[in-house]
Amino acid sequence: MRDVAIVGVGLTRFGERWNSGLKELMAEAGLAALEDASVSSRDVEMLYGGTMASGKFVGQEHTAALMADQLGFSNIPAVRIENACASGGSALRQGYIAVASGIHDVVVVGGVEKMTDVTASEATTALGGAGDQEWELFQGITFPGLYALIAKRHMFEYGTTEEQMASVAVKNHENACKNQFAQFRKSLTVDEVMRSKVVSDPLKLLDCSPISDGAAAVVLAPLETAKKYNDTPIKIMASAQASDTLRLADREKLTELKATKLAAQNAYKQAKVTAKDIDVVEVHDCFTIAEILAMEDLGIYQKGKAAKAIADGETALNGKVSVNTSGGLKGCGHPVGATGVKQAAEIVWQLRGEAKDRQVKDAEIGMTHNVGGSGATAVVHIYKRAD
Amino acid sequence: MERSSSSLWRKIRARYNLVGNVCENCSTAYFPPRIVCRKCGRKSKMEEKRFNGDGEIFSFTKIRVPPDTFKDEAPYFIGIIKLKEGPMVEGHIIDNGVEPEIGGKVRAQFRKMYVEGDEGLIYYHYKFEPL
Repeated sequence: MRDVAIVGVGLTRFGERWNSGLKELMAEAGLAALEDASVSSRDVEMLYGGTMASGKFVGQEHTAALMADQLGFSNIPAVRIENACASGGSALRQGYIAVASGIHDVVVVGGVEKMTDVTASEATTALGGAGDQEWELFQGITFPGLYALIAKRHMFEYGTTEEQMASVAVKNHENACKNQFAQFRKSLTVDEVMRSKVVSDPLKLLDCSPISDGAAAVVLAPLETAKKYNDTPIKIMASAQASDTLRLADREKLTELKATKLAAQNAYKQAKVTAKDIDVVEVHDCFTIAEILAMEDLGIYQKGKAAKAIADGETALNGKVSVNTSGGLKGCGHPVGATGVKQAAEIVWQLRGEAKDRQVKDAEIGMTHNVGGSGATAVVHIYKRAD
Repeated sequence: MERSSSSLWRKIRARYNLVGNVCENCSTAYFPPRIVCRKCGRKSKMEEKRFNGDGEIFSFTKIRVPPDTFKDEAPYFIGIIKLKEGPMVEGHIIDNGVEPEIGGKVRAQFRKMYVEGDEGLIYYHYKFEPL
């Protein structure tokens, strides 16, 4: 096994990108990453592309070969990774394995989703495919519905409040205001979240991440030659993933994502760090309750303690631990296939010290956490500077 | 989303009558039925079991923004029900005037779930009625 580094990252602005289709988004993020790594299209040996539901959103499958095609990576092997909302994080892990194994040197990992060409209800149906089609979607159980069932039980067992959940959205919008790539550069108040339309109680519209267009890309290389491409390579210290039942009711506990716990424990072991060592983390806040679960299941807070800590500001920018400095899925936007790769890009900027207004002071160790569906997939990566 | 009639037909036994199964190797009961026991893997020995439908609400929500197929039904209650006989089951909670609450007792009933347009298929399913 070789050590692996990220030597380049690129992102498109997330949001309603009416003038850009799947190809334009892919090319924009991919070219930015190549530029950042100072590699030419010809240097790239392999591509992994994360896309969740392009077939349903724009009628296009076979998106990894398309990405390689659009970026001028002539004839290299390209593989699409579909793992619901964890497609991007899963693609990153495959890229990591390809470089760590010694099979490939320069690998590009891309993620993309073009979601706004369909109506909101068509998008809801497409995203519903991340759950159990026969026993959840068939009965009209939506994704907000699944997370609402988790939230209601979390409130019952731990006394979590709707205001505490709302504070997650408020914090993430605050961070998004400082991110040029974010969909919502607009601050929110707890009151505004509380007064927004109920989607599936206790979750309201402003507890939910939006429908977004966007793409992200990173360039991976062996750590030993990484300086050839970039003065501040970021080492991937750990890459871990776990799965769980697709159907929510089959889980051992409703108030935790076991896949997150298992992936995190594995990642800490690989990186030889503990949750306390993490300075900055991008977690999967598809709904506000999901960030609360993530903080607990990643071991940063004890079960039942995260909601209050977040409401108290402990996870704000330059708090005890800075969480979702990009704005998270809630504030930055959630083009599903791109999200896991975007998280890595944000952590790379933070560890290089290039995050501008949202820079975490003295950030040394970063982490990303990407979830698929209601928790049937979780991917955790840990990173640090390697210069 | 429209579904093929064969995909509906395959699940009728389970959906109409709450028929799941139990692994005779470890006695774990499942609804919906599983092909392989999660604990025993390839050693599993699955036997059909019809559940009596008694249970209590473990968690619930009221869905106000439904998928297209359920737009005429919204808003509706969805719950995770802990069946007396073991498994946790996701399903509709019938709005019979009794406000659902965690721990509230329910019983499974055979009900119409929705109709696919004016001339489409009628979908039936178990739903849980608060007692």
